[in-house]
Amino acid sequence: MVWVNALIQGVLVGGLYALFATGLSLSFGVMRFVNLAHGDLAVLAAYLVLSWSGVVGGSYWLSMTLVVVVMAGIGYASQRGIFNFTLGADPLPGILASFGIGIVIQNALQEHFTATDKSIRLGSILTRSIKVTDDVSIGWFPLVILLVAVVVLSGLQLFLSFTKLGREFRATADDPKTAQLMGINDKHLYAVAMAIAFGAVALAGFFQGGRTTFAPTSGGLLLLFAFEAVVIGGLGSLWGTLAGGIVLGVTQSLANQQWIGSNSLAGHIVFLAVLAIRPSGLFGARERS
Amino acid sequence: MTHLLTIENLNAGYGDFQALFGLGIHVDRGEIVAIVGANGAGKSTLLRAIVGQVTMTGSIVFDGESLGSIPAHRRVGFGISLVPEGRKLFASLTVEENLLIGGHRTAAGRWNIEAVLDLFPLIRPLLKRQSDKLSGGEQQAIAIGRALMGNPRLLLLDEVSLGLAPVVVKGIYEALPGIVASGATVILVEQDIGVALGAADRVYCMLEGRVSLSGTPAELSREAIAAAYFGVA
Amino acid sequence: MSVPVVEVLRWSRSSRVGTRIYVVAALALALLPLWGSASAQLTMIEILYYLSLAQMWNLLAGYAGLVSVGQQGLVGVSAYVLFVLAERNGIDPFLSIVLSGLFVAGLSIPIALFTFRLRGGYFAIGTWVIAEVLRLTTLRIDSLGAGNVQALTVKHTFAGYGLQARKDLIYYAALVLAVGATVIVVAVLRSRLGLALQAVRDDERGARGLGVNATRTKLVVWVIAAFWTGMTGALIHLQSATVTNKDAFDVLSWTALVVFIVVIGGVGSTLGPLIGVAIYWFITWRLEDASTWRFIILGAIAVLMAVVSRRGVDGLIQARKPFEVFPIRRRLRIDPGVGGQR
Repeated sequence: MVWVNALIQGVLVGGLYALFATGLSLSFGVMRFVNLAHGDLAVLAAYLVLSWSGVVGGSYWLSMTLVVVVMAGIGYASQRGIFNFTLGADPLPGILASFGIGIVIQNALQEHFTATDKSIRLGSILTRSIKVTDDVSIGWFPLVILLVAVVVLSGLQLFLSFTKLGREFRATADDPKTAQLMGINDKHLYAVAMAIAFGAVALAGFFQGGRTTFAPTSGGLLLLFAFEAVVIGGLGSLWGTLAGGIVLGVTQSLANQQWIGSNSLAGHIVFLAVLAIRPSGLFGARERS
Repeated sequence: MTHLLTIENLNAGYGDFQALFGLGIHVDRGEIVAIVGANGAGKSTLLRAIVGQVTMTGSIVFDGESLGSIPAHRRVGFGISLVPEGRKLFASLTVEENLLIGGHRTAAGRWNIEAVLDLFPLIRPLLKRQSDKLSGGEQQAIAIGRALMGNPRLLLLDEVSLGLAPVVVKGIYEALPGIVASGATVILVEQDIGVALGAADRVYCMLEGRVSLSGTPAELSREAIAAAYFGVA
Repeated sequence: MSVPVVEVLRWSRSSRVGTRIYVVAALALALLPLWGSASAQLTMIEILYYLSLAQMWNLLAGYAGLVSVGQQGLVGVSAYVLFVLAERNGIDPFLSIVLSGLFVAGLSIPIALFTFRLRGGYFAIGTWVIAEVLRLTTLRIDSLGAGNVQALTVKHTFAGYGLQARKDLIYYAALVLAVGATVIVVAVLRSRLGLALQAVRDDERGARGLGVNATRTKLVVWVIAAFWTGMTGALIHLQSATVTNKDAFDVLSWTALVVFIVVIGGVGSTLGPLIGVAIYWFITWRLEDASTWRFIILGAIAVLMAVVSRRGVDGLIQARKPFEVFPIRRRLRIDPGVGGQR
């Protein structure tokens, strides 16, 4: 039964990984851009939730809402002000700019908040759970996270498939130059995608901050988890990203059940195995040549 | 009355590479104007300059408005649509979505999906298909339909006959009168002089980034065109 | 009509001058233990090993399109290999540096099997994952101290070396690695490999079509850079005389700073790392101990460069007045010959 429990916990945390991966998957899908500051943005958001809770009357949930909106705005601005200038055939400028921004965020957080671990104390929701059997229980908070992740990912997928703007996203991803001929401002569209990416990762950062502790340097590992979820699931598919997050979460949880503290390493190894055996991902379409 | 499109002293190119040198043309309402010339003469660059996708100096005036500083994505709103060389359909969109997206950012007008399907009936059974698995002729019809969905006053066609069987090309050119009747003016770029002369009211011949000859098909002799085309004196 | 004479020129006036300045500077640095203070020598070691790391990262990112952010993995492994060889098995520490480099070079081949399947930004994160795997694996080996500080002791590692000899030899090793790194990059770029790299960088498909084996070309560069980075990593830890999991695999010290140095100086320029390391030293010196500010400032400049000037400070200078410090580019001199007219 402990294994069933480990499996369930893995699925639950997998939802969070998928939420982390959403923005990475989206920005790669729409503009072939990989934001190496992605994990640091999540950590930044978690710190902002803490700092701004006083402003909104002490509620972390309200603070989170504010932070998600502000981060989305920052996402839009940073795409138009910085990242749009790095797009092109050569990925180097984008990699370097986003890597640099991540390191700057990390150190600025350290300068301002010190290196001590913090967490977002959300109160009773963190401890309440549904007891299934003596060994198996499902925490309310992880369940909420998983549900939010599913809602965000399926909402985004539906948006891309069935709305006018979603159609423009797909068209621009295919061929931005021809999309311009349709009257689509590709630069604006990229910024909207980045706003969604920043908003989603801010949400993920909030949940991460509630479920465990974080420090200015936590972002690197979060980037790796998000990236692994994307690659395991298969590039360019949001459903794949959800599945990839869950595979990663289950792997980590089961490994930790067997060898305590081996979760990260086990996740990395499964990622490398997928990369070696099925580079297009477990659920991704084979790449078009 | 002024021309619909007046281009004067146009220099344009990509990065350090200049493709057009002081070029000037004009197009009147309701005309079909063909631009012919050898590979590399600058024909496609001229169309890309009209839609705003190359760096340029000089003047492009469309219906009394100077386009020079208007970004590319806003020009379709002025009534300028380009059917790019190689069709360039959106591969991850269905045929229907490819048509719909052509009209996303423009005001409603004469053209809608039904009107496009009447013009090109061959598209009708393909609407739900992915656009990347179709024949060249089907793709070309969809690409023209997509441009028409923007209700253009000026339709630019770049090498529509390229890579297509003659019978398919014939079918596409037969659609031109209907397009002009809808109120569109057409500029077509062609390497196939025969096809171009058959369809156009007027012809510009380009050589090395300049206009080397212009006139109506009736005025121009084969020899004069060949000379202007290949640059032999 | 006479036949025009075509001659391939490698040297230019600026590269003659530049190379001479470089040689003179290297010689002056070789004599530093005679004229400089002990603290200057210590500072210089840091500058030299960063120069070596920077040249290698530049070779990868700037010339081979392999943007690694996992260099800390190579540095960390080399530190532990050094520890096992020199401290545990009594092998000469300077020989151990070379052996550490060879070990890391060998390790880089299976790493490439995984990471070469990824492109661009995903390649970068892939190298970071590998570095984490190496770090976590090392952490789980109890005999390597499992995260605790391991000392390289006078008794074992430095047996037979006096204090001064040890300091001077480490300094010379750093100088050899730094000068060597520049020489390697110039040599690679002048060789057939360099031509292949350039072809792949400009147009990978086209290069493949011309018979250039792009993957093999990149792999050779990857292994060379791993070898030199491994040796440099071992030297760094020989100097600090301690090995800790956290510091040996530190992404900030062994990747972020190196990336910033190159990006500020100029990616894809042999002069770039030299300029970058000078700027790095200047900012570090002005800020004294404010480590976080060092990252914030260098990071911000690097971001600015990535967006504004792809070739960093070198690019900004070259835009005003083009010159070449090392003889890499080939120019054709076409002598039309007597009576040849066009």
